[in-house]
Amino acid sequence: MVYTFKGGVHPHDSKENTAQKAIEKLESTDTYIYPLSQHIGAPCEPTVKVGDEVKIGQKIGDSDAFVSAPIFSSVSGKVMAVEMRPVTNGGEGMCIVIENDGKDEYAETVKPYPKSPEELTGEDLAQIARDAGIVGLGGATFPAHVKIRSAIGKVDTLIVNASECEPYITSDHRVMVEYTRDVLNGIKLVAATLKIKRVFIGIEENKPDAAKALSDAVGNNSKIKVRVLKTKYPQGGEKQLIKVLTGKELPGGKLPADVGCIVFNVETCRAIWNAYYTGMPVIQRIVTVSGSNVKVPKNLAVRVGTPIEKLFEACGGFIKTPYKIVIGGPMMGTAQNSLQVPVTKGVSSVLALDENDDRPDPVNSCIRCGRCVRACPMRLLPSIIGMHALHGNVAECEKQNIMDCIECGCCAYSCPANIPLVHIFRTTKQKIKDGVKK
Amino acid sequence: MDFDKKLVVSSSPHMRSDETVTVIMRDVIIAMIPILAASIFYFGLRALLMVGISVVSCMAFEWAIRRLMKKSNTIGDLSAVVTGMLIGFNLPVSAPLWMPVVGGFIAIVVTKQLFGGLGRNFMNPALVARVFLMTWAVQMTSFTKPLVWMQKAFSDNVDAVSSATTLSFLKEGTMPEASVLDLFLGNTAGALGETCSILILIGGAYLLFRKVITWHIPVAYIGTVAVLALAFPRTSSPVDAVLYEVLSGGLLLGAIFMATDYATSPLTSRGKLFYGVGCGLLTVFIRYFGSYAEGVSYSILIMNTLAWTFDKIGRPKRYGKGEKLNG
Repeated sequence: MVYTFKGGVHPHDSKENTAQKAIEKLESTDTYIYPLSQHIGAPCEPTVKVGDEVKIGQKIGDSDAFVSAPIFSSVSGKVMAVEMRPVTNGGEGMCIVIENDGKDEYAETVKPYPKSPEELTGEDLAQIARDAGIVGLGGATFPAHVKIRSAIGKVDTLIVNASECEPYITSDHRVMVEYTRDVLNGIKLVAATLKIKRVFIGIEENKPDAAKALSDAVGNNSKIKVRVLKTKYPQGGEKQLIKVLTGKELPGGKLPADVGCIVFNVETCRAIWNAYYTGMPVIQRIVTVSGSNVKVPKNLAVRVGTPIEKLFEACGGFIKTPYKIVIGGPMMGTAQNSLQVPVTKGVSSVLALDENDDRPDPVNSCIRCGRCVRACPMRLLPSIIGMHALHGNVAECEKQNIMDCIECGCCAYSCPANIPLVHIFRTTKQKIKDGVKK
Repeated sequence: MDFDKKLVVSSSPHMRSDETVTVIMRDVIIAMIPILAASIFYFGLRALLMVGISVVSCMAFEWAIRRLMKKSNTIGDLSAVVTGMLIGFNLPVSAPLWMPVVGGFIAIVVTKQLFGGLGRNFMNPALVARVFLMTWAVQMTSFTKPLVWMQKAFSDNVDAVSSATTLSFLKEGTMPEASVLDLFLGNTAGALGETCSILILIGGAYLLFRKVITWHIPVAYIGTVAVLALAFPRTSSPVDAVLYEVLSGGLLLGAIFMATDYATSPLTSRGKLFYGVGCGLLTVFIRYFGSYAEGVSYSILIMNTLAWTFDKIGRPKRYGKGEKLNG
């Protein structure tokens, strides 16, 4: 049986570019840039100053706030600057700049956790996750320790997000194939410490080799189930995944723990295992470099802090001048205005796209075809909400549950009139949030 | 990195489906071409002339009024072609050739562009044109028998004008001239595009396959008429009654090609069902109790005005509403 949800779209996934390409290690470079905000929540304060010597895995930024996650150096070398640099959200942010000395020395703090898996508690796990700066590595970047703490004693279901539904991206796919053991160990660690009764690994059917690798590794296990899901975007949306695997609908503004679930991406599971087993914080991640405009698309193991320019160089550069550079997937990713932007914890892919992917036609008026309504996985009426938003009728948008919008992009993707619905919703939601603060 | 400055930065998504308004309209045209071919076969080349004049005048009015109002040229979206074909489909082959021109003016200028253009009209342009043209009721309801043009080739002595349509027979309480098979094949008197049921159904299947329309409106509409015909048959056999009511009077053309018009029908699935049922109820009501035998055009136009109301009623349940939560 293949599981699926209602709504969604079927963009061409273009995963064939990189799905069967083994992960390659990206050569190290001279300079690494670490934005102090790489996660949802409070930005970090630097814990080093210009001139300090640092080692791999050494903490360089941290915060007292509960919802935050520390940041670590991915190289050994010297802190050159703490200054504003271009970051992935399109603007500039405070960054620590470190010059690589090429010695690759590890910090003493990088050591295995002293307890055996059997002795580990939920609190321990949260501490491990915090000490390693683990955030949602699927791209959401929500601090994992906060998620774990909120789940202690409240959840009975662990959902492992292995669906990777965004087109182009194959980094999780490769992780599942090449690091099957580490992923599974991470899953078992979370399941044991949080007293999880059932584990669902949700994986889209376009990754049969990864599904098989995981199923084989899991073996005959009454608790852990690998569930093959229909290839449909946004199958890996948290709410869609919970609905597909447990039948429960997570209402807007609620946490998965409220319906008894905790959701982790496969790469996050692997990071949790690494943090426990080796003490290594999040300093490296797997990034898919792809798009219609990249010469040799690849899956790269990249140190956090590497400018994305280096990733494209390692892939033979561009076929022609790129039209758009996108970090993340083409449906929800962020367009970049600089190649000096560094890879951060949540970067699963960098894409170079051209005009044909997009469709930069003029915006027409809504013809009420209803495609957005059918595509919306949150059962909203995008065309009607969009109309109210364009008329500045924020109150009506709120009444029609605009805040439930997950910005997945299905409506705008399917709109034959090219109406930038997601953009309209983003700005309107921001107005509502600002209004609430006042 | 010089090209940094040329990079396009815009909100996600960075990918769009290939379906544009033009692609959708082209699909509708493709679905209607077999119906046009059938009308030429049954009613002769004048059918093509009629539809041709209608299409050309719709496109000309679209171009001219947009230019006059200093708006962008939109004939490329092909929606005027669709409207033009539908106006032609609603005329009898014997109608004077100025009628499709007047119809095109009413549809494109008055009903569509003066309300803001594609997507903003609140009534189906082709149907408003048809109803306006009913001003000349005699010309609009003189239906030629099918295949007369072929018989004329062999003899001058042919009775060309049909006495009555299937629906007027039903109204009189007598058995219609045409058999059910005739109605299926289109071998009956009627407006150009409304007679050939089988090709209209095939066109509808194509539109469903291409996801241009959904099943909700046609099924609800035709289903309602069928159920009412079965319950209150106007022929001795209820099964015959269902077939005659469904296959005549432009019901299929209306339910598949006109009631599903995006701008004037609801967006939500539930809204579409209500709307379809409403069209069906009104159609049967007008057919049974009205002084005019047909009811499809008026029913759809009346329901057009309620499209937004049905969207309000049909709004889906909020995601997660009623879900049991911990603590």
